[in-house]
Amino acid sequence: MEHIITPKVEYVKLLNKYAEKKSALGTLYLTATHLIYVEQTNNARTETWVLHHHIVSVEKLPLTASGCPLLIRCKTFQLLHLLFQRERDCQDVYQSLLRLSQPVKEEELYAFLYNPHQNEEDRRQGWEFISVANDFSRMGLSNDYWEISHLNKNYEICSTYPSILGLPKNASVAVVTGSAKFRSRGRLPVLSYYHKDTKAAICRCSQPLSGLTSRCVEDEQMLQAISQANPNCPFIYVVDTRPKLNAMANRAAGKGYENEDNYSNIRFQFQGIENIHVMRNSLQKLLEVCSMKSSMSDYLTGLENSGWLRHIKSVMDAGMFLAKAVCEERASVLVHCSDGWDRTAQVCSLACILLDPYYRTIKGLMVLIEKEWISFGHKFSHRCGHLDTDPKEVSPVFTQFLECVWQLSEQFPCVFEFNEHYLIEIHNQVYACQYGNFIGNCQKERLDMRLHEKTFSLWPHLLKNQHLYRNPLYRRSLESTVLRPSTLPLHFKFWCGMYNHYDRGMHPKQSVLDQLLSLTQKQEEGERTMTELQRQLAVADGVLPDPSGPINTPTEQDSPSEKTPTAPFVQSNGSCLPLVNGDAEEAGPGAEKCIDKEGAEPGATEHDLTSSEDKPVSVETEHSKEEVQESS
Amino acid sequence: MEFAELIKTPRVDGVVLHRPFMPTVEGTLCLTGHHLILSSRQDNTEELWLLHANIDSIEKRFVGSLGTIIVKCKDLRVIQLDIPGMEECLNIASSIEALSTLDSVSLMYPFFYRPLFEVIEDGWQLFVPEEAFKDLESMVLFYPWNETTLFGLPKEDEEDNIALWSAESAFTVDEAVMMRAAQPLTGTNGRRCKEDEKLINATLCAGKRGYIIDTRTIAVAQQAKTRGGGFEQEANYPQWRRIHKAIERSNVLQDSLIKLVEACNDQSHSMDRWLSKLEASNWQSKVKEILTTACLAAQCIDREGASVLVHGTEGTDSTLQVTSLAQIILDPACRTIRGFEVLIEREWLQAGHPFQQRCAQSAYSNGKPRSEAPVFLLFLDCVWQILRQFPCSFQFNENLLIMFFEHAYASQFGTFLGNCVAERVKLQLSQKTVSLWSWVNRPQELERFLNPLYEPNNLVIWPSVAPQSLLLWEGVFLRWNRSTKCLDEACQEMVHIIEYNKELQNKVNSLRRQLAQLETEDSPLQTP
Repeated sequence: MEHIITPKVEYVKLLNKYAEKKSALGTLYLTATHLIYVEQTNNARTETWVLHHHIVSVEKLPLTASGCPLLIRCKTFQLLHLLFQRERDCQDVYQSLLRLSQPVKEEELYAFLYNPHQNEEDRRQGWEFISVANDFSRMGLSNDYWEISHLNKNYEICSTYPSILGLPKNASVAVVTGSAKFRSRGRLPVLSYYHKDTKAAICRCSQPLSGLTSRCVEDEQMLQAISQANPNCPFIYVVDTRPKLNAMANRAAGKGYENEDNYSNIRFQFQGIENIHVMRNSLQKLLEVCSMKSSMSDYLTGLENSGWLRHIKSVMDAGMFLAKAVCEERASVLVHCSDGWDRTAQVCSLACILLDPYYRTIKGLMVLIEKEWISFGHKFSHRCGHLDTDPKEVSPVFTQFLECVWQLSEQFPCVFEFNEHYLIEIHNQVYACQYGNFIGNCQKERLDMRLHEKTFSLWPHLLKNQHLYRNPLYRRSLESTVLRPSTLPLHFKFWCGMYNHYDRGMHPKQSVLDQLLSLTQKQEEGERTMTELQRQLAVADGVLPDPSGPINTPTEQDSPSEKTPTAPFVQSNGSCLPLVNGDAEEAGPGAEKCIDKEGAEPGATEHDLTSSEDKPVSVETEHSKEEVQESS
Repeated sequence: MEFAELIKTPRVDGVVLHRPFMPTVEGTLCLTGHHLILSSRQDNTEELWLLHANIDSIEKRFVGSLGTIIVKCKDLRVIQLDIPGMEECLNIASSIEALSTLDSVSLMYPFFYRPLFEVIEDGWQLFVPEEAFKDLESMVLFYPWNETTLFGLPKEDEEDNIALWSAESAFTVDEAVMMRAAQPLTGTNGRRCKEDEKLINATLCAGKRGYIIDTRTIAVAQQAKTRGGGFEQEANYPQWRRIHKAIERSNVLQDSLIKLVEACNDQSHSMDRWLSKLEASNWQSKVKEILTTACLAAQCIDREGASVLVHGTEGTDSTLQVTSLAQIILDPACRTIRGFEVLIEREWLQAGHPFQQRCAQSAYSNGKPRSEAPVFLLFLDCVWQILRQFPCSFQFNENLLIMFFEHAYASQFGTFLGNCVAERVKLQLSQKTVSLWSWVNRPQELERFLNPLYEPNNLVIWPSVAPQSLLLWEGVFLRWNRSTKCLDEACQEMVHIIEYNKELQNKVNSLRRQLAQLETEDSPLQTP
């Protein structure tokens, strides 16, 4: 609080960049965590809340006749243009925000203050909810070829890697440690994803310290071990995601890339994704373009000059290369860039989404982010600029990953369980530091900060609100397919929902997604009402005992009363289950809890009562039939 | 002339057809007077029936004795035919060339086409002008002028091209009208026409304002004076304010379309090259330009209650884009299928948009363009942009727009033949051809065009014209360059959700009734 000079300023104008006339007049409040702008017009009160952590820059613009302007840019791509009447107020707010938006110490981050009214047990469970170890077992580890290793449990082999690693079974400790010494920051080749069907693996690491001539027998053996862990293919791909020129420049500094002559049976490949600095500048240019009121021609030229979509395409191309190698050639792939925590994370996680439908679910995406990004040491604190540190470390690497997922969802509208809001919410949360997940640069750092004791995990919060993030068009039946997106330039679009998120006027005025989401909700209500009506009807018919009557009914009436007469209703999106309720009285509004129950059998709705003569015509759609068949 | 003279080889066996995203088909190629047909003669494979009129241009290639013809269609599709035998290939190519460039309208397919369906509602009788101007007649009663003054007074314009449209069907005192015309023939020495001034000024009651939206820049309008055209002098039309809002003339549009389609079809280029070609085509700029002007016209009417007169030079191209789009923005009736048909009939066909000239060639034409221009396609693109931004406000879906695009360029129906009403009457289209409306309005066909999300609303719908809000119309321009499997699935799923919801509501209602009935039946028993 000590940084807030003036907690409240009245008569502040919030400028509307598209329509000067529509600018609002209101009151600005500064709290310890938020900037709040309250606009009071007649009987409507609108509040704009901006988290201090979301503010990327505060800029005082030259004085104008109408007042002192202050321009606030956010990491969420929100742009606030305020106009103060008094220079003094403007200066005070400016200084306060400068300080508030750039915390110096970790403890100043919101997550250390924030308490979502959970007890310690909830907190613990929240942190355990997403587990990388579980995902390894889901992939089928350990097996004949791969094992889960605890060699790094004290972060001694690699300080920026997680404590558990997936390693080829036939790699000895000497090979593992030797290989780690030959890789930048000890980031040795380890398993990222194991593809059960083909036995091919995606592995990740950092660049080798090969320089111009160096080689390392253990590292060569390590790659050999990875290759041998795949009985279906005699070679592995080694993918350097950097442009060749960058990789070559690194050789002079004693780093570099694998020499095909030294490694047996590798196929080496560059992918040409640019580095974090290029990406940062590219986003900068993109944001300039989309914050300007420009002509179509300037916009398209600006879009081209920003290079943003070109970079997105390069990430997508690399992800596609991996997925193709695994599913078509059944070949394992080893991926690296320089340190193996930016481009490598993008490419590996994207390939996982292309290959495995699990990562296209709401929970699966959490697992993927936890695995490929958080635990493998993507430097969230540095890349997001959580603290006032080196601005050259900031880069929208994770944003690009989310965009790639969005581009995929545009090409495949039915294969993701989540919608666009989910991606945007995750993006906002990454920068918000409200939850502890994205604080720190690697697992060891987070452990040292005792984040699990001091902060809460984001994932349970997202899961609680998952109804907002569902894709109504999601079809589970399509899930087993490997995605093969087109990566032709013309299939990449500008993501208006992200970069112009706060320019509501630019978005479609009617949203198909919202419309369908409300329909799904209506559907759930309708199904509930129907179950209740059918029960009442059965009671009125005398088939069911009146629940208001005595509870101790004779035994022969017991069995029908346990099963509610439900038509075989299955949500058309297949994501929800029919209302299976033992107790008819609970079929009312309290029945939500049944909806998310996992693994219940749709077949359990097999109803006997509705087979009587006066049964209501059951609404059987093709889909529900399918579902019933599947489950039986 | 007999078609047989033009068909040198009517039939070739062993022809292989290549289409993007579809399996190749081997079969027999037949040429008829109006169609190119390829059939594998197997039950399960679809036959290709291509109207010669749909062929924009062809290319020939030879490898040994195997000839290849690349057929580029006006609907932007590109197909490849591998024809064994050089002579056959040459014959087929020259026949196609001849048949697809027939000069005489009366040789066009619509004059030969006999519908396989029963015409229940004759489209030619659907939109007679009296019907289309029904609103107008009632307005004439209201306004201080009568029908004779309206139609009888020739405006001294290049054409007698006047039409009125009312902003709302229910009339209020604040009623504003939208009119279109051609430029006035003021010439360099500022010629005046009393009758024109009287007519234009009579539109406005005392104290009301009006806007003349000239779709040319002031410089172009000035230049037009040297050729006898010009614009309204404000002194002579005191209640009117003139606004110049430039929309590209039709002659540059064709070039824009050609560039856009070329960019869309070239799959080899990098992201930068694609974006720069998209920009260079200028197509999206035109979409923005037209929508902006249409919004301006609509704004004058809706926000200011002012009347609007739109004109460019002839009043048959950019003028129509503006007036028809403004109506879609303002009038919910135009967003229904029937209303949209009325709009096309009134604002395009009756208004004399020269369809035959404008749509003679499409994006693959090699020759020097004469008067071809994708004016109508641009209009459809703009409608699609509004539809995308208001996906619940239209009774129809994208398919209807694409269908209109196809039929404007090549059709079995006579609707888009000719260049104006007079020409159509002379051609006796209504007697000799079938109307597109007769076909579209059949319930079986309509189903394909219905938007499942449609919820009628009476709102004025203002589209965003920010560059970020205007997308490339993939349904037309990438139609043949992408697989639509996933998008089709999404559509089906959406329809399924909506249908299922309806069923569910019906079911709940019927259960409610059943229950109510049971309760009333039961009650006498319970009270002895």
